[in-house]
Amino acid sequence: MTGEIAAILAMDGIASGAIYVLIGLGLVLIFAVTRVIFVPFGDIAAFTALTLASLETGGRPGTVGLVAVLAVLATAVEATALVRNRAFHRLPRTLLFYLVLPLLPAAAVWFAAGTTFSMPVRIGLALALVLPIAPLLDRIVFRPIADASVLLLLTVAVALHFALSGLGLMFFGPEGVRTKSLTDAVFDVGGLIVNGQTVLILAASIVFCGLLFLYFEFTIQGKALRATAINRIGARLVGIRPTSTGTIAYLLASLLAGISGVLIAPVTTIFYDSGFLLGLKAFVGAIIGAMVSYPVTALGAVMVGLLESYTSFWLSAYKEVLVFSLLIPVLLWRSLSFSGSEEEEAEE
Amino acid sequence: MKNSILAAVLVASLGVGSAAQAEITVGFITSQSGPGSSIGVLYDRGMKAAVEYASSIGAEKIKLIQLDDGSDPSAATRNARKLVEENKVDLLIGTSTAASTSAMVPIANELKVPMIAISPISVAANDAGDRWAIVMPQPPTLMVKVVVDRMKRDGVKQFAYIGFSDAWGDLVYNGAQKPAEADGLKILTNERYARTDTSVTGQVLKMIATKPDAVLLGGAATQGALPPLALTERGYKGPLYGTPALLNTDFIRVGGKSVEGVQVSAGPVIVAEQLPDSHFSKKISMDFRAAYQKANGTPTSDGFSAYSFDAWLVFLDAAKRAMATGAKPGTPEFRVALKNAIFSTKDLVGTHAIYNYKPSDSYGVDERALVMVRLVNGQWKYEP
Repeated sequence: MTGEIAAILAMDGIASGAIYVLIGLGLVLIFAVTRVIFVPFGDIAAFTALTLASLETGGRPGTVGLVAVLAVLATAVEATALVRNRAFHRLPRTLLFYLVLPLLPAAAVWFAAGTTFSMPVRIGLALALVLPIAPLLDRIVFRPIADASVLLLLTVAVALHFALSGLGLMFFGPEGVRTKSLTDAVFDVGGLIVNGQTVLILAASIVFCGLLFLYFEFTIQGKALRATAINRIGARLVGIRPTSTGTIAYLLASLLAGISGVLIAPVTTIFYDSGFLLGLKAFVGAIIGAMVSYPVTALGAVMVGLLESYTSFWLSAYKEVLVFSLLIPVLLWRSLSFSGSEEEEAEE
Repeated sequence: MKNSILAAVLVASLGVGSAAQAEITVGFITSQSGPGSSIGVLYDRGMKAAVEYASSIGAEKIKLIQLDDGSDPSAATRNARKLVEENKVDLLIGTSTAASTSAMVPIANELKVPMIAISPISVAANDAGDRWAIVMPQPPTLMVKVVVDRMKRDGVKQFAYIGFSDAWGDLVYNGAQKPAEADGLKILTNERYARTDTSVTGQVLKMIATKPDAVLLGGAATQGALPPLALTERGYKGPLYGTPALLNTDFIRVGGKSVEGVQVSAGPVIVAEQLPDSHFSKKISMDFRAAYQKANGTPTSDGFSAYSFDAWLVFLDAAKRAMATGAKPGTPEFRVALKNAIFSTKDLVGTHAIYNYKPSDSYGVDERALVMVRLVNGQWKYEP
C-alpha cells in the first residue's frame, strides 16, 4: 500500500463515516429521549434517497402514499384519545399537526407530478415528505407503549423495520436508484483528487454536529430534550412534556436521516432495503458512544467508516465481518467499565 | 403421505377412466409479486407468448394452470404440491428465484412429476438415482467460460475480478478459474462487495494496483454498475467483461458512460435481430418476438421470457413423443413417458440454445447457447 492509496482510502472512509455520524447522532438522540432504539432509522434515510430519485424523474414517489396512510392512522389514534378524554378543544390542533402538516408536502408532490423541479426544490420536497414519517410512527406505535421496557421497545422497533422495508418494496419496487450528482466540482489537495460530493458530505456532517451542539446548549427546547434524556420523571416535574420532547427528537433525527439520505443518494445505488445496513453500521458507532455521548458516537462512526474502507482494500470478502466484530471488544470494554446502574433505575 | 399419494393416483386413474379424452395439463409457477417479480413477470409474459405460439399437440389441447408464488420458496413448494395432487398436472414449470426453483425440485422427485426449471439451479438426482427435473438456462460456469475465452481472443493476459460477496460472486469466480487456467490467463484479484455497499473504492484501488489488462465483473443488475463507476473515477480505461446478470436496463441507466463498451455473454435471443440468417436462433427468436408482441401488446428483447418459451418448446416436443407411447395424460405412466421423452430431447432448436438432454445431466446446452454482446450507446450489439 502506497501513501497515496492510504490517503484515498482514508478520504473514502471519512466520507462514509460522515454519513454514519449523521445517522448515529439521530439514533442516540431518539434513544436518549425516548429509550427507543429506532431500528428503522436507516430505512428513513433510504426512503429519502428513493423519494429524491423519484422526484428527479418527475414521478410520484411512494412516500406520498406512506405518509398519507400514516397521517390518517395517527390522526385517528390521537382523535380517539382526545374524544375519550373529552378534550374536544384540542381537536383542531391535532388535525393541524397530525393531518394537515404532513399531508401538505405530500399533496404538493402528488399534484405536481410530471413537472421537474430544480435541485434545491427537489431536496426540500424530499425532506419535507420524509420528515413526518418517524414522528407519525412514534405516535402510532411507540407512544401507547412509552413506559414499556427497553427490550420491548427494541423488539417493536425491529418489527417496525420489517414492516417498513416491506412497505418500501411495495411503494418503490425492487430496483435501486442513484440520483444526479449534487456537485461536479473536483478539488486537488496536495496531489490528491477530492470529489466535491465528498467535501459536501463532510461539510454537512460538521455543520449539523455544530448546529446540534448549539441547539442543545443554547435553546430552551434543546435543554428540555437533554433534561428528558437525563431523567424523564424529573423533567416531567418541572413541566416538560415527554411526549412533545419525543416528537421533537423524532423530527430532528428524521432531519438527520433525511440529510444523510440526500447526501448518499448520488454516491451509491440505494435500494428499498439499503437502509438497514446503514443504520446498523451507524449503530456500531452509537454503541461505541454507549448510546449517550454525541462526540464519542461521532468518533465511533468515523472509525467504522475508516475500518470499512481499509478492510475493503485488504480483505474485501470479510469487510462486514470485521466491522461488526468491532462490537465485541467495544462491548467487553463497556461492560467492564460500566459503573452506574441508570438502566435499572429507569426500568423500575 | 404415502396414503395420500396412493389416493391421488387412484382418483387420477378413476378420473381418466370416465373422461372421454384426456388433455395434457401443465402447471406453471412464477413470481408475480415480491422481490422476484421483476423477473417473474417476464417469465409470465414469455409463457403467454408460448401459448400464443402453440397451444395444442395435434388435436390434443393443452391446459395450462398458472399460480403465483410471491417470491417465497415455501409458497412455491405448496403450489407445486397442490398442482400435482389436486390439478393432476403432467408437468411442472417454474419459477423466478433460484431458491424457490430449488425448493420445487424435491416435490417433483417425490411425486414423480417431470419438471422444467427456468432459473439456473443445480439439480441433484434423487436417492434412487432418478432425475425428474431439467434446467433451461445456461449453467453459470458456461456463461463465464465463454467470457474468459473471449478475453483470451482479445489478447488479455491477466485480469482482475470483482463480484458480489454472495453465492453469485462465488459462482462467477469459481467458474472463471478453470477456463482461465486452460487459456493461460492469470486472475489477479478476488475482490468482493455487498449489494448494499456504498463504496468499492478500496477494492478498486487494489485492483488497479495489480495493473490488470481487463476487469471481470461478478455483480448483477443495478448494483453491478458500482465497480465500473468507481473504476472510471480512479482512471481505469481498460476493457470490462461481465455475465448475463448485467443484461439489465437499470445497469445501463445507473452505469451511464462508465459501462459503455462492456462485453457480456448472452443468450442469442437478446440480439436476435442482429444475428445472421444462418444462425439457428434467428428464425425461432423472431417467431417468439412476434408471438410475444401479439400476446402481451409490447415488444421484447429480454432473455428471461425466452426461457419460458423454450421450456414450452421442449415440453411440446417431448409430449408428442410421450403421446406416441400410448400412455394417457394424467396417469403416472404418462408422466414417466414424458420424463423419458424430455430426457431424450435431441437437437431441439430454441431461442437460447440447441437443447440436448441426457438422463445423466439436467443441463442440456452447449457453447452455442451463448454469444458475446457489447454495450454501444446504451444498446447491446452482437460481437461475433
